[in-house]
This record gives sequence, C-alpha cells and structure tokens, in this order.
Amino acid sequence: MAIHAISLIVNGTKEQVQVPSNMTLIHTLREKLGYTGTKNGCEAGECGACTVLVDGEPVNSCLVLAVEMDSKEITTIEGLADSGQLTPLQEAFAELNAVQCGYCTPGMLMAATALLSRNPYPSEGDIVEALVGNLCRCTGYQRIIDAVQKASRNGGAR
Amino acid sequence: MKISESGLIGKSVPRTDVIDKVTGCAVFVDDIQFGPSLLHSRLVRSPYPHALIKRISTKKAEELPGVRAVVTGKDLTARLGLYLIDRPIFASDRVRYYGEPVAGVVANTEDIAVEAAKLVKIDYEVLPAIYDPVESTQPDAPLLHPDLGSYTVANFIFPEPGTNISEHFKIRKGDVESSWSNCAALAEGRFSLPPIEHVPLETHTSIALSEKSGQMTLWASSQSPFAMRDMIAQCLGIPHNKLRVIAPLVGGGFGGKAGVTMEACAVVMAQAVEGRPVKLRLTREEEFVGTSVRQSLVSEIKVGCDKDGNLLAMELTYYFGGGAYNDYGVNIARAAGYSCTGPYDVPNVKADSLCVYTNHPVGSAMRGFGMPEIHWGLEQIMDQLAENIGMDPAEFRLKNCVRTDDEIVTGMKMTPIDLEACIDKVSKAIDWEKKEQPTAPNKKRGKGIAIMWKAPAMPPNPGSAAVVRFNEDATVNVEVGGQELGQGSFTIAAQIAAETLGVPYNSVTVSSPLDTKYSPYEWQTVASRLTWSMGNAVKAAAEDARTQILETVADHWGEEVDDLTIKDGLVISFKSEREQPLDKMVIYGLPNEDFEGWKGGPVIGRGHFMPTYVTNLDPETGQGTRAVVHYTVGAQAVDLEVDLETGQLEVLNIASAYDVGRAINPDLIMTQIEGGAVHGMSSAFEALKFNESGEVLNPSFVDYRIANIADIPRKIHGDYVETPIGDGPWGARGVGEHVMVQTAPAIANALYDAVGIRFSDLPLSADKIYLALERKNETG
Repeated sequence: MAIHAISLIVNGTKEQVQVPSNMTLIHTLREKLGYTGTKNGCEAGECGACTVLVDGEPVNSCLVLAVEMDSKEITTIEGLADSGQLTPLQEAFAELNAVQCGYCTPGMLMAATALLSRNPYPSEGDIVEALVGNLCRCTGYQRIIDAVQKASRNGGAR
Repeated sequence: MKISESGLIGKSVPRTDVIDKVTGCAVFVDDIQFGPSLLHSRLVRSPYPHALIKRISTKKAEELPGVRAVVTGKDLTARLGLYLIDRPIFASDRVRYYGEPVAGVVANTEDIAVEAAKLVKIDYEVLPAIYDPVESTQPDAPLLHPDLGSYTVANFIFPEPGTNISEHFKIRKGDVESSWSNCAALAEGRFSLPPIEHVPLETHTSIALSEKSGQMTLWASSQSPFAMRDMIAQCLGIPHNKLRVIAPLVGGGFGGKAGVTMEACAVVMAQAVEGRPVKLRLTREEEFVGTSVRQSLVSEIKVGCDKDGNLLAMELTYYFGGGAYNDYGVNIARAAGYSCTGPYDVPNVKADSLCVYTNHPVGSAMRGFGMPEIHWGLEQIMDQLAENIGMDPAEFRLKNCVRTDDEIVTGMKMTPIDLEACIDKVSKAIDWEKKEQPTAPNKKRGKGIAIMWKAPAMPPNPGSAAVVRFNEDATVNVEVGGQELGQGSFTIAAQIAAETLGVPYNSVTVSSPLDTKYSPYEWQTVASRLTWSMGNAVKAAAEDARTQILETVADHWGEEVDDLTIKDGLVISFKSEREQPLDKMVIYGLPNEDFEGWKGGPVIGRGHFMPTYVTNLDPETGQGTRAVVHYTVGAQAVDLEVDLETGQLEVLNIASAYDVGRAINPDLIMTQIEGGAVHGMSSAFEALKFNESGEVLNPSFVDYRIANIADIPRKIHGDYVETPIGDGPWGARGVGEHVMVQTAPAIANALYDAVGIRFSDLPLSADKIYLALERKNETG
C-alpha cells in the first residue's frame, strides 16, 4: 500500500507523519502521534466518541482518511485546556458531574465546543441537535445539556 | 445530629477523576503505549449457533506473511467459570453460540490478523439449536452440555445433569395451594424479555505479555481484575503471583466487564508468542456478537390477595435463558429465586427459578443482576392484582410493600429500609393523583408506578481490602482493588479516607490503575457493593493509620490517645491544646526528648472487610437465617404519552427515589439515579435480534439503538431517603444498579394506564404498540 507524507497542525503544533492510504485520522492521531484522548467507540461514525475538530468543524475522525487531512488544522481534546486553564465547557462538565466513565466525554466536549463557537447561546433544542450523534451510556444526557448551557452563560467555547 | 466530624460525609465533593476525564488525560487500556513490539490479533468466531467441530486447518493462515501464530483450543481442555466451570477458552469439539471463539490469530498488524483469520478453515457438522429457555427444559430438547455432571460447581448451585438446567433454585414457604381459595382476587401472567447487550462505549480490550520467566501480564478493561486473575490462573494452571492483571479506568462496564469475557483468549495467544505483547481489541460488531448479554427470561406468575388487598400467595416460575455457558448466570437465577417475590410481604410462596442453557450468547450479569428481569413481570402483575381488587396501584404497594424487620421470602428478617417513603416521594414528584391531558389530540397519556428491591448478589463471603499510605508532605495515597467504572467509587474511597483521617479531601489520591501485583484484594466491582464493602475496608485502613499517628504523638507529648484527634491535617490535643502538623512526622516519626532516639515511622494503614454472617439456604425450601447482607429498595413513577398514529412512546417525566442508607456523596447518587433512569428506559426498547440460524441481526449502533440525547424524558427527577444499616460505612449501601431495575415495568404500567393494553413482552417497540392499538380498535 502506498505511503504518503502529510503534515497536520494538531492543537497548534505542526506534525509531519507518514501514513498508508487507508489509515483513518483516528488511527493517525492515536497511534502515529500519541493523541490518545480521542476515543475509538465504533469505527463506523455511529457513536461520536472520536469527534475532533477539522478546521473548526466537528468530524468523526474514524470516517476520514488521514491523507485527506493534509495541511488541515486539527483540534483534539488535548488542545482544549490551555496551560492548565480549562475551557468554560470543560469546567461546566466537571462541576456538574456531566461525566461518569469518561469514554464519550472527549467526543462530547469536541462536538459541544464546535456548537458553542458557531452558536454561543444555543437553545436546548440546538444542543440536542448538535450532540445527537454522540452516544453516552452512563449519564442520561441531562447533565451534559445543563453543562453546555452553563458554559454558554460563562463565555462559550473560547 | 452531626453525621461526620469534618462534614465530608454527605458532601458532594468533586469527582477525583473528573479533570483527567475532561482533558483527555484519563488512561483507558487501549491508550497504553507498547511501542513497536506490540502484536495484534483477531478471533475466528463460529458462524453457527450449535455445531460439532470436525476439523480445523490453520496452515494457510500460518503461511500468510506477517502472521506470528494461530492458536486453537486443541490442547486446552480446562474450562473457565466463576460459579459453574463450563466454558472453554476456545471451542475445540463443539460450538454453542454464533460468535463463539474457535481460533485466534496473532500478526504484525491488525490488517494481517484480519486477513489471516479468514484463512483459518473450520469444518462443522451443524446441530439443531435451541433458543427458548422453556423449550430447552423439555426432554426432547438438544442437550448442550452432556458433561454437565462433571463440571466443577459452587456448593450453593444445583445443576441437573442430563438436562439443560444449570441451576434450579426453589422456594417453598407456607402453603400456596390451600391459600388460593382464601383469595378474593387473583392475577396471572406470563412475561418475557429478550437478551440485551451492556453496550459500554469502550469495547472489550486486552493486551497480554508472556515472559520467558513464566510471568504473564494482562492489561484489561476489567471490573474485576482479581476475579479475572483467579479464573484464568485456575484454568491455565498459572500461579496467582505469576499472573498480573493491570486494569486502568473502565469505559463503561454495567456488568459486562465482570468475570472473564475474551481476556483468556489474549493470554493463550500471548503464550504462543513469548516476549511480545499481544493486543486483542473487540470491534463494535464483536462487542454486540461476542460478549456476554443480559439473559432472556420467561416468567410465569400467579398471585392472590384477600378482600382488603393483603397479599396471600404467590406462585412463580422463572426460566432464565442462560445462553451457551452459564458460569455467571446460575447465580443470577439463584438471586432471582431468593428475591423472587419482589419487595413484598407475601406469607405463602412457591417458586422455581431455573437457569437453562440455550444457543444464545453467554448470559451474564448486567446492572441489577436478575432484578430488572423479574421485576418486569412482578411489577405488572401487582398492577393487575390491584385493579382486580379495586385498589389504586400506589396504595396497593404501600399496603403490601416490605418493611424493616418483616420476615421476607427466605425467612430472613428484613434489614432497615423505608420503601413507603420512596413510594410517597415519587408519587408526589409525579403528581400521581392528577390525570394529565395529552399534549396533542392524536396522543394518549398515562402514569405508572413500580417498586423494587435488590440485594448484593454474590458468594456469602466476598472480601475487600484497602491500604492507606502517607507521603512526606502528609498527602495520602489510598490503594484499593475496587474499580472506577464511572460510578464514582474512587471519589467515595477518597471521601471516606479523608474523613476518617482528618485530612483535607484534596490531599487524598486513589491509586489507579488497579494492579493485582500491588493493589489490595477486592472480590469484584459488581453488585453495588463498593460503597458498602470497599468503603468499610477504606474506613478500617484509615482508622488503622490514624491510630498509628495518634499513638506516636500521644507518646511524644506524654498524653492519652483518647485526648487527641486529627483535624485539617493537624493532630490536636483537647487537653493541652497542643498542635502537631502531620507532614514529615507521618514518615520520619517524632524525636524523643533531647533527640534521645525517635518514635513512629512511615504510616501505612491496613484494613479489610468481609461479611461473616450470611448463611446457607435449604436447597429444598430456600429458607435460612440470612440469605443476603442487606437490601436496597426504591420506587419509580413515569408519566408518558403514546402517539396513536405511530405507536411511538414518549416518556415525559420519570421520578425515582431509593433508600441509600446514608448518602456519602449526594450528587454522585443523583448521577446514578438520572443515568439509571435513562438506561432503564432505553432497556425497555432494546433487544439483541437473531434470525432462525442464530445469527445476530443487529450488531451495530444503527440497528441496536441505545438512548441518545434526543430520547431522554423531558424531566428526570431524583431523590433518596436515608435509613442507615448497621454494617455499612456511616450506614451507607449501594445504589448503582438499583436505578434501572423497575423502569421498564413502570413504563409498561403507564402505557396500560394510557391505552388499556398490557404488554407482557419486551421490547416495547413502536410497531408492537401500533399493532396492538390497531387490534384493540378492531375488536372494540
């Protein structure tokens, strides 16, 4: 299989990496670059655990090939908190216990971050629509909705 | 009354793990890096639900470049199991469910492993399969385990060799037969539910490494690293000290990561490639097809009451579809048997609870362990009986529900609870008396209530151990063997340690990952037992450490231990008002006068807890002094509406209340109650579906729907009451599983209230509801 040299900007850092044609972004992030905060839940785009931002848009990283990502800006969960300072969304998820096992949390936070950056004051319906592709088996979702609303009041995605 | 010294007990402190989890730093097993030595693997699974294996040819797979090893069950005769040792690691002579592992391939990459797995050629002779647990008890049913009589079995499990029955638990209490004629009203029904999956977001993942020294290390997504070690060590003849299980945080368990699922396959594959770690990571499809399920159940129930609505008699038969291997399932049937009546005071009971082999996936524990299964029928039949005697369902439950000190179904005296308070709370929260209007003319609205009980279902004497270790700066590491699955067990451990030691909460760290090489023993993270059992062990360990500190300081000051305490990290004397900071002295001790020697030393507290008071039950009557350690009880009420044009059901409001004994961390309890209500609601619509050939038809998130964010009730109300028990820390007991036990029947009761139709069989799919509405319209 052909190997491609690509460059990505991950959380602001330029990364150069060699990937086979069939390697998806999630495997590139996790196995080639060590960004293991992004979680693999189904590899079929059905659970949202692997959501990252590509040029600011939420994307299931299991559904896109790494070669298509050449020169794109990727944000993963590791890129949210800046030198120890949590974003209002991370703070709200922590304060409201919108987290249990934590496996869906990175994807949930990335999808919610994208929502708040395009719509800083979402309605409950907007939140539900934005997160309907992110499954969680633990929390029952209500606290996730509450946390996004709280973060929206406290300054949005930032 | 002041519950706790520093106010930490009953306080909703932040989770210990939450910052790691919101920043992507939390480490799950798949996140551990092994570098270039890591090999990958794939299992070859049976395409038939029941067949004899005639021949396995691994040659072509072995010849594929990049393949390191292909393993089969050929030389593995030992079986695995917790209560009934009946399961091979790889099937060698016979497969018993679609998806059963038959071989494993180890290769340099995952892609090669997948290719090679397709090249393993297996010849089968297909046998007739059986799926229905009732049919499987019949004499003409295909016999799944002809060797049942030779399997090793726990002394409280009673299989019936020569049949497919792996456990038969009996209750014979009072005189059921002669009671029926005294009944003013009866209700009878047959209820069923299909196998469902746990569906954690993290699929089962293991990495195993076999070293030349004989050391085996297994990294696993596990709720129970010690039980996993014990089962695999026994099966493969590895000394316990040579098998090390390391279990980092678990990405959702719900019972599916208790015991052993596929981890032994990884160990056997690693043995074939000594010195190289082998990763086995289940795909989402395999998670649906090849892991354990909540067992199916068919229940037959008859119940009667007198003219005032007092329950007089109950007759029950439970047929648990245990699947191909019943190792865990037998104890679920037993638990269902000794709690067969649900939370009711019934003087005369005859019950038979059976676990039966079928050609479905392995039946196992799932959040509630037999209780969601039996309450599905019980809580509907109680509604029917209330209607037949002309009583309100909530009032009927208040009249008949179990109370503290009642003699319950096994003859045991009921441990302290207040179920009436739970019923009152949910009735109020849902405005039970008020008939609500539907939100649209094409909809009908109804309310339902259901109550529950559950005891930790486990052997009589599962133990917990804990170690409390001080550091130089008086921060504390708490070591436990209980797992953090999201339920908050590490937070509870930290709270209990901080409170007992008199140190700040944020100075306590709970050590993770769990590691059988270093962590103190814990039986398993199951049965909602950690707050109670591990909590007791942590409290004992912290008390031990505290005593060591106080003895050293008392000696140093020439005072009595009883005059001292520790508060905010300072030892203080009530008598002399002296103060001694903990830092340094918890490691270096304190000097004698004029530095003539030293006293004390590194402080390490040790504690354990094991219940010692559970007794055996008579195998013929199910009677005994103390069947279980205690019960947790609760109630739920549901307000819903049904779209008559589509059969779609929408839960508008769900209210829950449980008696938790003592709320150590109230907000963590609420997270369990809320999450459990949605899990319970979701479970009412879930089913693992099979075609006639036993193939799983819906092994994906698209086809096996779990509740998403758009499905949740408009209002989720949670509450708790506190009736402390004698043997829990500050009176606390667990509530992690109870929160979904009675949700499905509460929904069914509300559905009946809305449309007047009883649904006896799960799932409550829209098409089923729509067709039933249509039939009702036709017949008037």
